[in-house]
Amino acid sequence: MEFFTLSLLNGLSYGLVLFMLSAGLTLIFSLLGVLNLAHASFYMLGAYVAYSLTLVLGFWPALLLAPLLVGLAGAAFERYVLRRVHAHGAGRHKAEMLVTFGLATVLGELVQLAWGRGPVDYRVPEALAGPLFTLWGTPFPAYRAFMVLVALGMWLALWLLFTRTRTGLVVQAALTHPDAVQALGHNVPRIFMLVFGGGAALAGLAGVVGGNAFVTEPGMAATVGSVVFVVVVVGGMGSLTGALGASLLIGVLQTFAVGMDMLSRFAPLLPYLLLVLVLLVRPQGLWGRRAD
Amino acid sequence: MRTKAAGAAFTLVLLAAPWVFSSSLGLNLLTQMGIAAIVCLSYNILLGQGGMLSFGHAIYSGLGAFAAIHALNAAVLPVSLVPVVGGLAGAGVALLLGWLTAQKSATTFAMVTLGLGELVAALAWLLPQVFGGEAGVSGNRVAGASPFGITFGPQLQVYYLVAAYTLVCTGLMYAFTRTPLGRMLNAVRDNPERVEFVGFDARRIRFMAVVIAGFFAGIGGGLAALNFETVTADVLGSQRSGAYLLFTYLGGSGHFFGPVVGAVLMVLANVLLSGITKAWLLYVGLVFIAMVVWVPGGVVSLAGRLRWRDVPRYAAWALAFAGFAAMVEMVYQLQLRASLGSELRFLGLALDAASGWSWAGAVAVLVVGGVLGMRK
Repeated sequence: MEFFTLSLLNGLSYGLVLFMLSAGLTLIFSLLGVLNLAHASFYMLGAYVAYSLTLVLGFWPALLLAPLLVGLAGAAFERYVLRRVHAHGAGRHKAEMLVTFGLATVLGELVQLAWGRGPVDYRVPEALAGPLFTLWGTPFPAYRAFMVLVALGMWLALWLLFTRTRTGLVVQAALTHPDAVQALGHNVPRIFMLVFGGGAALAGLAGVVGGNAFVTEPGMAATVGSVVFVVVVVGGMGSLTGALGASLLIGVLQTFAVGMDMLSRFAPLLPYLLLVLVLLVRPQGLWGRRAD
Repeated sequence: MRTKAAGAAFTLVLLAAPWVFSSSLGLNLLTQMGIAAIVCLSYNILLGQGGMLSFGHAIYSGLGAFAAIHALNAAVLPVSLVPVVGGLAGAGVALLLGWLTAQKSATTFAMVTLGLGELVAALAWLLPQVFGGEAGVSGNRVAGASPFGITFGPQLQVYYLVAAYTLVCTGLMYAFTRTPLGRMLNAVRDNPERVEFVGFDARRIRFMAVVIAGFFAGIGGGLAALNFETVTADVLGSQRSGAYLLFTYLGGSGHFFGPVVGAVLMVLANVLLSGITKAWLLYVGLVFIAMVVWVPGGVVSLAGRLRWRDVPRYAAWALAFAGFAAMVEMVYQLQLRASLGSELRFLGLALDAASGWSWAGAVAVLVVGGVLGMRK
């Protein structure tokens, strides 16, 4: 019972960080059709920028500013690089994927250039450093609860944005009928830029919140990078609900496996085995609608 | 006609190169280039011919390398045939995994290959009996009979083995582009819906392409195993797959010989450039982005695009890049080699990362180059 409850809580909070990452990825993919291979690098950038800002301003301003800065970087990349590639109109977004792959390489190197090759000392804020409550003698960190709140808030905000506001409607329409939306007087290229920047900002937020809970080091993008792609495929490409479901599933599965002696060796394999299983049984993903 | 000439030139270069670059470094580089050329050409069956962006190609070359080193240690085959075992292993694994990946096209294909690549790489660490853990698996290529006195001890003999395989594999892969299957693969890349409509199964065509690419990648891996006489689990990692993608594209995925140029660049960057600067991957990444944006055809397409009147503009951009690189090198000096002091040499100049003058100079070069480059 003790093991079960604690693993479940830890699994859910890890899963929600995965969700914060995959939400931005799946949004960019479903709205622009571009698979952003640099997404996890924006997550890493968010953690590093937050670390530097925390040293100067403290954690709370960093929580706000770091995602904003990462979002600006993402928007600039869309505006000055991705848009040019998009204009080539090369088949099926391959060139866009390639250029984000190049960006991932460059960001990985730039982070090492700016912050060095080892981990940095990015800590959780004092106010949230203690335990929230104690279950069977094991403390549950307050910061984990904070992570859960941020992730749930993000999910609610996105859901409201896309189902209840005019902006959300325009963005969705710009995907399927860019010409019509353009003709109605909306600036479609700017919408694309904002969506890409917004997705990058979400990844940055995940980095701010996740970087101190885990470790902020140059390998962190690679650690979560491929798991996030697994989440998006397992959940169903472009489905926000799918991203949430698959994130929680993988988070919980992995945390339970790590806790069990027999399975702990295989814990790193689990997301990929799940990927294979889902592809065999339900290729469009657990919550996906289109078969690609 | 042009491809025939290119083929003849390629053969000649392969045969004559070790007499031009006869130093031991030169021979080593040439051997690695031949191996990389096979793997990059096999990668281009997917990327260039099939429009599939794979992030798991190291699975096939890497498992081929492991199969080959185990075959070498089992000593049941002549050493010269060991790479074929690698090829068969690559094709065998592709039969298994390709069936999963080929279900999907474009974006999902990329993500699934990424996931499977991680799976195989993680698996290798879990099975140290097969993959040798940290130390990897070693072998000795100077074993068994030595017909005509060929022991594969000297690097030159290994080079000629690699060159022979490179020639045969390149020929076979070129022939593949001419087969009906190769043509259908182009059609699947350009318009899968229409292919399905005409009555072909796009998934099956993609699947067969993955298996063929897996076979040649495995041969490349097998040759690498013979060349280095040791195989570690890094050959399966996602970085290796990423490098195949990067350099195949840099060379030019639209032209048959583009990946060969990419392979040459890959070995030069991995061996020479990485020895010169710690920031080599940053430069490679930036050049890659610039190529995707401005020169999608890769290095091989540059020859046709070069015009004399553009030369001053290229020179200006090169100048700007040098200014940027000087700044990068100074930051690296401060960040990673702080214990060695702040002085460094850059393109023959003595720079001091702690001095404002060095920084001002680098910024000036960057700005002047940039301004000149942007002028029409």
